[in-house]
Amino acid sequence: MVEIFQILGQEIYKILFLLIPILVSVAMIVWLDRRVWGLVQKRKGPNVVGPFGLFQTLADALKYIFKEIIIPASANKTVFIIAPIITMTLALIAWAVIPMSEKLVLADINVGILYLFAVSSLGVYGIIMGGWASNSKYPFLGAIRSAAQMVSYEVSIGIIIINVLLCVGSLNLNDIVIAQKDLWYIIPLFPMFVIFFISSLAETNRPPFDLPEAEAELVAGYQTEYSGMMYAMFWLGEYANILLMCAMGAILFLGGWLPIVDIYPINIVPAPIWMILKILFLFFLFALIKAIVPRYRYDQLMRLGWKIFLPFSLIYLVLTASFLFYFDKLPKGNF
Amino acid sequence: MIAHSIFFYFFSIIAIFSSLMVITSRNTINSVFFLILDFISVGCLFIMVGAEFLGMIILIVYVGAVAVLFLFVVMMLNVAEQKQSWFIGKKSTHLPTGLIVSVLIFFELLVVVGGWKYKDNLMSSSTLDISSISNTHQLGLVMYTDYILYFQLAGVILLLSMIGAILLTFRERSGVKKQSYFKQISRSPESSIELKEVDSNKGVKIDD
Repeated sequence: MVEIFQILGQEIYKILFLLIPILVSVAMIVWLDRRVWGLVQKRKGPNVVGPFGLFQTLADALKYIFKEIIIPASANKTVFIIAPIITMTLALIAWAVIPMSEKLVLADINVGILYLFAVSSLGVYGIIMGGWASNSKYPFLGAIRSAAQMVSYEVSIGIIIINVLLCVGSLNLNDIVIAQKDLWYIIPLFPMFVIFFISSLAETNRPPFDLPEAEAELVAGYQTEYSGMMYAMFWLGEYANILLMCAMGAILFLGGWLPIVDIYPINIVPAPIWMILKILFLFFLFALIKAIVPRYRYDQLMRLGWKIFLPFSLIYLVLTASFLFYFDKLPKGNF
Repeated sequence: MIAHSIFFYFFSIIAIFSSLMVITSRNTINSVFFLILDFISVGCLFIMVGAEFLGMIILIVYVGAVAVLFLFVVMMLNVAEQKQSWFIGKKSTHLPTGLIVSVLIFFELLVVVGGWKYKDNLMSSSTLDISSISNTHQLGLVMYTDYILYFQLAGVILLLSMIGAILLTFRERSGVKKQSYFKQISRSPESSIELKEVDSNKGVKIDD
């Protein structure tokens, strides 16, 4: 019995060491996002609180904590409260399988990429529950939009993941990274990387696909009725999800924790630093896109997902498979 | 081992409780939420017996896609109206059908479980090697060799039902203005702009 508690204690210790850096980096990433957005528009962005305005998000979070939580009278209370909790939890538990180096990973499970995909596909529930439980028109419309959007783009993300898996022959995230030792998959699978990036914009409801919270049409979409800490949980969960999609992109296409080239002065930089740099690079692209691209119309969004991305990634899947088969490059696997 | 059984009972109690709640809860939305909880706990049970691929697929397919569509349908329907005609009204035509289907499923379950218990080599496979390879590889090896026909048939049936559903809801509407990207892009000033000399006090006729 004592041993069980010891193991439990160790695991909790590890989990805390994973969660706290992620929460801090989510706060920093919000600052970075606003900063990049500001600089693109020739503004300064948040630069007052702390050095370079780094503590802006902490100040915002403090403000949200002390604000009153308002629950609408006609809302379904339980679901209303559960919704932001689900969003936040799902955004955080996915990080358990992300490898920061070969050894530095909380759960090195066999089906890591499926776990990531499953968790990101569950993310829609937080939004749809929040929108429905608010019992109000704008949140409901926003939730329906967002659910349809996320389900549509998951399909093409799934096929892109299959593309990568065909080249690797394993569902383990560390295996996926190690398989890219000679050649990052962004080079042979470049079109898939582009589609993955755009789909992950849609999956996380980022501009130009931020229709669920399109201010001009839907006030604030599914989060209209939320206030105080519950709103902040939606907001942090969304950014944690964005960071997660960046990590997924880095692992699938940019070689995860591998250094850019494996020669002496570069490969002494520790692996987690490379991983963080790649995530930051992808996030920088996310932030740039937010600033420079106008919002899509809803039918255009659906057309892009179903009529362009899905067929294209399917065709590319067939191409990849035939290429690998013809040149006898199919992974033999270690089973 | 203790931890394993604690988790097993935890998830199975949740599964049984939520499946009971699916059929007893008054609010239809709540029963869909309990259905989702049921799927999740069944997925966790699959992972606990070592079938991690199946568990994840249940999470992705059922929870991530099918249940979302359930939720959609239930949210869009007028639930209060539906409730009356199902149970309270005189014409409960759904009850016999449901009974027949559930009895069939129950017998199927009996056959499968009984057959599995009393005849060891009921579902034997020549290619399956349980000992050394991972779960996902095993599934792939069996599914694309011994059961390729059933696998493909299931795929074709799904495709057919998808096409059927699309055909049922598809209506060709005339007079709807549609945006054609190719037309928009291939337009040039020569084909769409015309310069006209307009005499004063006469105007000009433009054909649209």
